[in-house]
Amino acid sequence: MYEGVVQDLIDELGRLPGVGPKGAQRIAFHLLAADPTDVRRLVLALTEVKEKVRFCKICGNVAEDELCRICRDPRRDVAVICVVEESKDVVAIEKTREYRGRYHVLGGAISPIEGIGPDDLRVKELMTRLADGEITELILATDPNLEGEATATYLARLVKPMGLRVTRLASGLPVGGDLEYADEVTLGRAFEGRRLLDV
Amino acid sequence: MGPVGLYRDEGVVLRTQKLGEADRIITLLTREHGRIRAVAKGVRRTKSKFGARLEPFMHVDLQIYEGRSLDIVQQAESLATYGERICADYGRYTAGTAMLETAERLTSEENEPAVQHFLLLVGGLRTLADGAQPASLVLDAFLVRSLAVAGYAASFEDCAQCARPGPHSYFNVAAGGAVCPDCRPPGSVTPAAETLVLLSALLTGDWAAAGASEARHRREASGLASAYLQWHLERGLRSLPLVERG
Ligand SMILES: [Zn+2]
Ligand SMILES: [Zn+2]
Repeated sequence: MYEGVVQDLIDELGRLPGVGPKGAQRIAFHLLAADPTDVRRLVLALTEVKEKVRFCKICGNVAEDELCRICRDPRRDVAVICVVEESKDVVAIEKTREYRGRYHVLGGAISPIEGIGPDDLRVKELMTRLADGEITELILATDPNLEGEATATYLARLVKPMGLRVTRLASGLPVGGDLEYADEVTLGRAFEGRRLLDV
Repeated sequence: MGPVGLYRDEGVVLRTQKLGEADRIITLLTREHGRIRAVAKGVRRTKSKFGARLEPFMHVDLQIYEGRSLDIVQQAESLATYGERICADYGRYTAGTAMLETAERLTSEENEPAVQHFLLLVGGLRTLADGAQPASLVLDAFLVRSLAVAGYAASFEDCAQCARPGPHSYFNVAAGGAVCPDCRPPGSVTPAAETLVLLSALLTGDWAAAGASEARHRREASGLASAYLQWHLERGLRSLPLVERG
């Protein structure tokens, strides 16, 4: 234990995701030794992110305005929605440059053991978006784990009466991994999600 | 604390929690060691050697290192992969999650052997995954049997207080189930006779009789089984209100 304010800082840092007690201590002492202007810049960034960043009214992605950069972009295909769990998934998919439609950020996955059901996610908002009839395809890009699969199952069943084209990302083998190390479930999913190769 | 070293056991993954950058704490119900918690290092990386083996519902053969504060999973091999078939159906997924949470809550102590609970859970998940029985019935059978294994067997026929042979038309969770007119405490409910027959069938695993039940009796039985479970737990299950009842 350290004295007052130093320990307070360590405690606060330790509450961040991915930061353990040792990491919190390391960051705290780094900040103590850092140049005051660097620290002030960090404080400003933290304050601004809470003051300026909002959530897009259409898709729930982080935004600096009413709408996020993607929903404001007139070149994006409004007929396709890609459903993801978190804003950081939007960033990951944008990096691939494969996708030209819009997104819908759920805010997590259905996890009954954590008490999180469909009503705790932005499912109603999704249904409202689908109701206007402009959407033709829904891509379910929830995480390729059990909760993500269950969430995709739930959504697919929910939108079924709407007659949309519903697709799921081929959750295949991780790039760079060896086939022999893949577990049965991942390998099975990769087979299920296989695409026709055009040669 | 037990002896430090390496041990091998089989277990079912009940719950996972993120830890640090890429690890998870895995809660498992094992055959020999009861409920344990162990760290799976690097499991969230896509290249992890564990892959999907340490996700909820997985039945795995484990090699575990007993660490100073938390145990560490060294190896995990699949014995059965119920998770995929369970989460392919939302009703099954929610029922299955309630089974996992029940197993976690009714095995109150870590590292205390709970072979019967383990066998019950494996059997329950297998039945749920194969889809031959309605998910809601599989869950209710699991609830009443888990409570019996935990020492809280309800009586659905004879009076739970004086053992007078039933059937009786009163039911009281605090009194232990069916109660005769003389023993019934205030606030006892009067379920349909068929509902108590159904609960008996679920307790004994008589699927033929349970399968022949009507929807309204199944709903009533679910309500009584849930109320009975909640009575024996300090706080309610988070997953139970989210179960999709068919
Ligand atoms: Zn947006
Ligand atoms: Zn009596």
